[in-house]
Amino acid sequence: MKNGRDARTTLMNHAELAENFIKDGERTTWHDETLWFVRKKRDLAAFQLPEWEALREAASQIKHNGLSNMHDYLVAFEEKATANGIKIHWAMDALEHNQIVHSILKENSIAEIIKSKSMLTEECHLNEYLIEHGVDVVDTDLGERIVQLREEKPSHIVLPAIHLKKEDVGETFHKYLGTEKGNKDPQYLTEAARQHLREKFVSRKAALTGVNFAVAETGEFVVCTNEGNADMGAHLADVHIACMGFEKIIPERKHLGVFLRLLARSATGQPITTYSSHFKKPRPGQQMHIVIVDNGRSQQLGREDFRNSLKCIRCGACMNTCPVYRRSGGHSYHSAVAGPIGSILAPNLDMRKNADLPFASTLCGSCSNVCPVKIDIHEQLYKWRQVLVKEGHVPFGKKVAMQAMTFTLSHPGVFKTAGKVGRSMMGLAPFTVSNGLNPWYKQREMPAPPKESFREWFSKNRNGQ
Amino acid sequence: MDSRAYILEAIAKNQPSSNPLPDISSIAVVDYDVVEKFKTILEGIGGQAIEIQNLDEVVSYVKSYFNEGQRIISTLPELASVAEIGWQNQDPHTLENVELNILRAQFGVAENAALWLTEAQLGQRVAPFITQNLAVVIDKNNLVATMHHAYDRIANAEYGFGLYLAGPSKTADIEQSLVLGAHGSRTMTVFLLS
Amino acid sequence: MNVALFIPCYVDQFYPQVAIATLELLEKYGCDVHFPKNQTCCGQPMANSGFEHLTHGCNELFVENFTGFDYIVCPSGSCTLHIKEHLGDPAITRKCYELTEFLTDVLVVDDLKVKFPYKVGLHQSCHGQRGLKLAQMSELNAPPFSKVERLLNQVEGLELVNLDRKDECCGFGGTFCVAEEALSVRMGQDRLQDHLKNGTQVLTAADMSCLMHMEGIIRREKLPIKVMHLAEILNGSTVEELAV
Repeated sequence: MKNGRDARTTLMNHAELAENFIKDGERTTWHDETLWFVRKKRDLAAFQLPEWEALREAASQIKHNGLSNMHDYLVAFEEKATANGIKIHWAMDALEHNQIVHSILKENSIAEIIKSKSMLTEECHLNEYLIEHGVDVVDTDLGERIVQLREEKPSHIVLPAIHLKKEDVGETFHKYLGTEKGNKDPQYLTEAARQHLREKFVSRKAALTGVNFAVAETGEFVVCTNEGNADMGAHLADVHIACMGFEKIIPERKHLGVFLRLLARSATGQPITTYSSHFKKPRPGQQMHIVIVDNGRSQQLGREDFRNSLKCIRCGACMNTCPVYRRSGGHSYHSAVAGPIGSILAPNLDMRKNADLPFASTLCGSCSNVCPVKIDIHEQLYKWRQVLVKEGHVPFGKKVAMQAMTFTLSHPGVFKTAGKVGRSMMGLAPFTVSNGLNPWYKQREMPAPPKESFREWFSKNRNGQ
Repeated sequence: MDSRAYILEAIAKNQPSSNPLPDISSIAVVDYDVVEKFKTILEGIGGQAIEIQNLDEVVSYVKSYFNEGQRIISTLPELASVAEIGWQNQDPHTLENVELNILRAQFGVAENAALWLTEAQLGQRVAPFITQNLAVVIDKNNLVATMHHAYDRIANAEYGFGLYLAGPSKTADIEQSLVLGAHGSRTMTVFLLS
Repeated sequence: MNVALFIPCYVDQFYPQVAIATLELLEKYGCDVHFPKNQTCCGQPMANSGFEHLTHGCNELFVENFTGFDYIVCPSGSCTLHIKEHLGDPAITRKCYELTEFLTDVLVVDDLKVKFPYKVGLHQSCHGQRGLKLAQMSELNAPPFSKVERLLNQVEGLELVNLDRKDECCGFGGTFCVAEEALSVRMGQDRLQDHLKNGTQVLTAADMSCLMHMEGIIRREKLPIKVMHLAEILNGSTVEELAV
């Protein structure tokens, strides 16, 4: 399946995509257990720091301060970075971001680039834009390179190929990198990728990276990787372009201490990523650019109920803990960022297309409690539901059913009658509810109707006090 | 209106009311010996810790594990007998064939076995990444407990590029199987100097 | 003390024995228990579906029915949480308690004289646990506690089963159970596998909605697990009394 979704599935909603995913029961079990294991690693790491909850609270407050002084912090960041020799660009939306990146490359006559992980560039569909305009793009994060070769989208923001088994990777590398047929040893395959991508690092003139944190106080930005691919690209390239949503700003350098302690532990259970690179000035002779992107973020900033979603540091902990994500996979969210955080970010970008996402949840609250910056994810999911209904993005049948329900539940007499009728029907003619049209009945029995309701019992046995 | 003005204006209009920054000066809880912690964590992340009394031991190490045909570089003048010293101004691409690079860190962080180096210690930015094997010398009394202590040490130092380096490069992108040696160095040895 | 029973709509209609057990339990500990006849529902199904703006009638009815009592007690964590967060009338909401927390925090029950010699699998219903803080959640690095276990530990012969995943969601989720039917059932099946693997004979929880969903799967797949609401166990009901 191309892109992780083809033209047909782009029109499918989460429920349909999840149902397809679940059809392969064994694979669902494998996907669920793999991600639950990552959640457990996070727990182990978090429980080693007695100050873990204090760190989460501090991170949340630092990010809030960041959001509330965003204008001044951005101006300060730009000033410092510019004085350090970095060129700053501003992009209102995805298209402008793509155009800016392309124009930098054109000015330097570069038609081949390497990229390290950036969810922002996924959101902007940068790869497609550049390819359309004659620029060859190679993703260098191993997981991203795998999905790129397979023409799929990443399914997880930290573990892009988590939906694939070793066999799948072995097949892909055999096809594109010439590895041995049937060899699925991760060591062997990683070595092949190392050689294949090393050639690109050494030969390509432009490298594009994301930004994990941008420090207003000093104008520096930090990129965190385990593989070293962002650095292999940036330190060999003539042109380094770093792309960031403006919400990546943090106030002071020392705040990096808080975030770097939380990020990797939340994401994978490691105390820190192998490399945490602080870029402050271009390498002598190198051009360094930062593209600061809005693309709906300033709008989200203005939404009182949803602005906290901008605190996100893209750790993926919410995805690993989410029982729904684990059993439906990232592709069922049809969005650059999937899972719980994706479901509160995406409706801001396109309400109609993403109206299904806030409903892809039982509101269990696990996500909010693993979030290192304490985003009230499950509460925002609830609030998005209210917004989506008000904006009319809910099926007409549901609206009618809800209005009927409202009437019944506001009128005790009607409620009692409806209940009695329902139970009688179920007792006398079970096939009226226990049939193929009732989704509950597909894989579950209906509850057995008792002979009397509680209120009837109470009336008889407690004289209706 | 240009994009910059548009974005900044939208942000100014939409940003919420401010709260003060939290005091993080005493957030760290340290109940361990920094050297022991550093060694344990380093081993856990795939690195190797070797305690040494002087730099001659590094020379011996290089002679034992590497042969003459392999390109070895370093920023430490004391290692001139086994390593190239003057590569800092070469084109970074020429470092592609380096087998072992030996650097010295400013300080290390016990809680995550990370070492902090800036350009002065790195020689070249790409140096710790492009090498097949990496070794870093650190004074034992230059270990701090946590990242908060680390940033206190860094304070408002000026640098063009700074790096926390923790262990060898790695990936678990293929079915969560951990593989050491992704695109950066395959191995990482830390010489703890007394 | 004057206690009004707030009985979830589906408990009233389909699981009256849970409401009866709740009532008897409260009476045993000296409460003067009332059941406002005209109560219907807390409005959660509509609110969770995005129709919060339609719940005014429900809310008004609730306030009307439940004014004038010392406490309002409900054998459901999710309904209690919903009222506390969305009713908007603090005079009423501060009197609302889910059954478990009422027993431990207000009545301070520490002498349950009941026997239940079975391996019991406790399902931690999400809203009660993470919302009402009935027990510590596995996500937080914080001291463990459990109001529910404090009560179950008083029951003679009861052995609490150790699950692989102590507080994973069962997949009911209100209208989610039909809107995302495949996922909902898969989540329920996984919970039940955890219970089966670890020896649960009787599955219990403080929320009948979770139990209704899992019992539906148990009966369809003919799994060897019985289902009882916490109130029934604490009130001394026996397994033999179960209808199924």
